[in-house]
Amino acid sequence: MSDVLLRTEGLTRHFRIGGLVSGQTLHAVDDVSFTIGRSEIVALVGESGSGKSTIARLLARVYRPTSGEIYFEGRPISRLRRRRQRLAYSGDVPMVFQDPYSSINPAYRVAHGIARGVKLHRRDLSRAERRREVERVLDAVGLVPGRELARKFPYELSGGQRQRVGFAQALAFRPKLIIADEPVSMLDVSIRIGVLNLMSELREREGVSFLYITHDVASARYIADRVLVMYGAHLVEEGPAEEVLQRPKHPYTQLLLSAVPDPRAPLGISDTSDVGEPPKVVDPPEGCRFRARCPYRIATCDTVTPLLRELGTARRVACHVATADDSADDFARLETRRRSAEV
Amino acid sequence: MTEHEPLLEVRDLSVAYGSDRGPVVAVDHVDFELARGEFLAIVGESGCGKSTLLFALTRLLGPPFSGEIIGGQIIFRGRNMVTLSERQLRSIRWRELAVVMQSAMNALNPVLTVEAQMRDACKAHSEMSDDEIRRRSEEVLRLVAIDPMHLRSYPHQLSGGMRQRAMIAMALLFTPELVVMDEPTSALDVVAQRSLIVQIKELQAKLGFAVIFVTHDMSLVSHFSDRLMVMYAGQIAELGKTRQVFDKPLHPYTSGLLEAFPSIHGPNLRLTGIPGSPPNLARPPAGCRFSPRCPHVTAICREREPHLVDVEGDAVRCVLYNGRAA
Repeated sequence: MSDVLLRTEGLTRHFRIGGLVSGQTLHAVDDVSFTIGRSEIVALVGESGSGKSTIARLLARVYRPTSGEIYFEGRPISRLRRRRQRLAYSGDVPMVFQDPYSSINPAYRVAHGIARGVKLHRRDLSRAERRREVERVLDAVGLVPGRELARKFPYELSGGQRQRVGFAQALAFRPKLIIADEPVSMLDVSIRIGVLNLMSELREREGVSFLYITHDVASARYIADRVLVMYGAHLVEEGPAEEVLQRPKHPYTQLLLSAVPDPRAPLGISDTSDVGEPPKVVDPPEGCRFRARCPYRIATCDTVTPLLRELGTARRVACHVATADDSADDFARLETRRRSAEV
Repeated sequence: MTEHEPLLEVRDLSVAYGSDRGPVVAVDHVDFELARGEFLAIVGESGCGKSTLLFALTRLLGPPFSGEIIGGQIIFRGRNMVTLSERQLRSIRWRELAVVMQSAMNALNPVLTVEAQMRDACKAHSEMSDDEIRRRSEEVLRLVAIDPMHLRSYPHQLSGGMRQRAMIAMALLFTPELVVMDEPTSALDVVAQRSLIVQIKELQAKLGFAVIFVTHDMSLVSHFSDRLMVMYAGQIAELGKTRQVFDKPLHPYTSGLLEAFPSIHGPNLRLTGIPGSPPNLARPPAGCRFSPRCPHVTAICREREPHLVDVEGDAVRCVLYNGRAA
């Protein structure tokens, strides 16, 4: 694997909810460790409420971790004391937001937002250089000619074009890692793929890494090198995208994949109408958080929280049942064992 | 009314919104039929007119939407919905035709319990006694697999999926003939999405109502709808049996849409999507409305607006098929 750009170690974020006396703790992110390499696209997938966006905000330093640490280029970011250092970090790791209709200031021309970022993060540039940089990044995100687009107001742009402006703003900082939180979910189906392709191109041309946060597993497979799957604030599976999505080992990943509608698949509804709900992780007891919905549950699942463990090359799964051999056989074997136990 | 008559007949329906620069036609001469118990999906991108069409069918246009039906007929069980008065509509709404709105969080009243909201609907549309209302409310909640104890719950105490199911339960209070759904699953996760749509299919099989399901995600309905209508810029681009549309898309826009989203199976191909963006309906392009984005565009496309033609039972609006019209 390419060398590590960002690494988290036991990253945890809890929120206090309720009053002082009846106070409870919501576990948004629990003990999450992962790495992102240079020029790597990592997808973070999971249902809403699983903690994906909290991770984005932790990486962007919107929240401070309750415990754990984020290392960027080997240095812990909690030690960034001086304003200059913190500014440098937010220039290295900018965010692109979900809603291109509310994340761009409608009162200013496109150039304004980009130039402001450049002024803040790259103070050595002259006025003329700044203008050239604005045009360069607009061209780079496919808003050509950049010179003309820079003079437009957001209302003159379509949703896809606005989201490209979001990427241009991030790109103007000369970032090393762009955190993209559901960047295409608000866009029309016919233009989504253009924005996904843009992310791949930026990786190729500018060498930027991406953390692509999404609930759309198919788009994660389309652009990502590696996939992280979250469930109930835990990282439950991790590995190369193709591996994880073609041969999922964690039962939740399997459920997620079986629910993806795929018109290219032959007809035939597997009528597993799972009525389970994703958990709200408030003061969780010990044990696997997926166990209530899991068809392969064993006694250990109720008492021991499964930790991520290596299964095969570059893959990690947090499940007591999954093993390194082909998961399908494995689960099938377990299923028969469970059935015979019932009888 | 006989069994063979369609439940709903939409004839040449046009809807326009007023604007400073004259009317904007959001639904342009739409024509289709719906059989009893049928599941029709309407797909298209934002601004294609799919929601306007749905509001027109249910006569819910008017403030704040300020759209107006400027032509055509909507024949629902023998009556023309376009000319009915509010009073007459009231006897049809909920009892014969129910609507499930897009965002259950906004469609349910946050300060009333589920029970109170069901009671409101029952009181407004029937003479049921309090006891009957209660029994019926419990019954419909059980239908959608929600414990009747949630009658006393407020919307915020339910999860997103449960709220959406509660909305469907309310729509079923009077066992209507037609349930119209506007993106009922768009706020849900894939897993909840699939389980909700499977549940809608089961209820439909049990109760026999027809469904019009509006969505922007055509892959979602690929295994569930009987027929599929693809809308583009206020018009029907293609209308046919769902499997046929997926297996053999006729309109270049439909095939573009099908190639616009990645799959989790098969080879991981590089996709291109459809270049450009949907047109502004205030100034639709001349000729075929898809021509500026179409890979098969010819000179004639930019001049003449194509008509819907029949190709093996599918209706498609494209000059490619003009020679093959039946």
